[in-house]
Amino acid sequence: MTTRDEYVAGLAEILEEVAGVNPDDVAEEKSFTEDLDVDSLSMVEVVVAAEEKFGVKIPDDEVQNLKTVGDAVSFITKAQA
Amino acid sequence: MTVEVVVTGIGATTPLGGDAASTWEGMLAGRSGVSALTEEWAAQLPVRIAGHVAVEPTIDRVQARRMDRSEQVALVAAREAWADSGLAESGIDRERLGVVVGSGIGGATTLLAQDDILEEHGPRRVSPHTVPMLMPNGPAAWVGLELQAQAGVHAPTSACATGAEAIAWGLTMIRSGRADVVVCGGTESVIHPLPIAGFAAMRAMSTRNDEPERASRPFDKGRDGFVLGEGAGILVLERADRARARGAKIYARLAGAGMTSDGYDIVQPEPEGKGGARAIAMALADAGLDRTEIVHVNAHATSTPVGDLAEIIMLHAAIGDHVVVTSTKSMTGHLLGAAGAVESIATILAIRDSVIPPTINLDDPDDKVDLDVVAHKARHLEVPAAVNNSFGFGGHNAVLVFVRA
Repeated sequence: MTTRDEYVAGLAEILEEVAGVNPDDVAEEKSFTEDLDVDSLSMVEVVVAAEEKFGVKIPDDEVQNLKTVGDAVSFITKAQA
Repeated sequence: MTVEVVVTGIGATTPLGGDAASTWEGMLAGRSGVSALTEEWAAQLPVRIAGHVAVEPTIDRVQARRMDRSEQVALVAAREAWADSGLAESGIDRERLGVVVGSGIGGATTLLAQDDILEEHGPRRVSPHTVPMLMPNGPAAWVGLELQAQAGVHAPTSACATGAEAIAWGLTMIRSGRADVVVCGGTESVIHPLPIAGFAAMRAMSTRNDEPERASRPFDKGRDGFVLGEGAGILVLERADRARARGAKIYARLAGAGMTSDGYDIVQPEPEGKGGARAIAMALADAGLDRTEIVHVNAHATSTPVGDLAEIIMLHAAIGDHVVVTSTKSMTGHLLGAAGAVESIATILAIRDSVIPPTINLDDPDDKVDLDVVAHKARHLEVPAAVNNSFGFGGHNAVLVFVRA
């Protein structure tokens, strides 16, 4: 069973690769756009990479609800259940 | 009274060096930047030589993955030219700063790489950066973004005349009052099996695969086509009064430009170079110079059998038999959309340093080459005024006249 922290770490890896975000800055309460400075095209890359990494589908109309890292973790946790 | 325009910054990344100074040094030493293609994909091609940039582009990793290689080399050269101009320190109103940077082929390698991903993994895996990476205005847009240029960002495309045409439009932009400073030039990076196969299918490229450094040999009897190179060249053009007022280093004055089209064939040059001759005449008139004042021509001469001779006829007709000619493509290979810009830098530095770089590999000049071509070794000569020729598939002719400032 993957813990929430492990999902955060996995997302941090993706964010570093795609957008150059420092992994130390990634935490559940952080907003992708406002805190981590991820632009819209990079967010698309993050979503596709997360789908592949965690073996889930993240529909486009769901992406707008994923404001924070924690939102993404919750969605992935539920989708994997 | 026409506004005078001078060159206050230069930048280049080429098969001879990672900046303008090392490129120039390589040219004066008569070095070749061409080497064998050792990639696995090259084995099946009829052409297995090319000129990669001597120094890999230094772009931040995250930014680099959003940029086509042609955009990366353009940005590297633009950063150098901008730093060289001193404008970062002296300052400029960004609404008076323009950019004109073109490429001959654009982001072809991005297009092909993303097509591979589409075929293998499906549309969802295609990068969201694909379009800005492959669009032909991408290099101009990245340079404009970096410098926050707001007077207009343009991307002319005229195959191998692109770099020179971009500089000509930069001149027009300043003269017309739209900008005080224009960062302009050309870029190209398409060392990939598809463009090579395409050019090779036209029988336009040298197949001297066993002797890469001797393959690009403009005006020589043994020439058998051009050698593909990659890189970028960028100039900073500036209103002369503005440049003088801020005490800028001035390389040369861009005195005039001429652009014409052949209306003859989609790829073949008009055999007597009439369109190019008209462009030269136009550029000289624009510069207010008599043909006898032109000491030196940095020729387009790509090492193709037909093109090099058409240019010789053209130079006789438009300038005269006194002119001292060279083709630096013998060393860099043919940088397509970047050629006119890199060769403008060679022309400018020939004026500044009173030395003309050689045409290497000119061991046995074609019988019809009856002009003074600087063979093998650089030649010291005062160059008060010089012409840079560029011609492109599609019948585009772009000629620039530089004079000592």
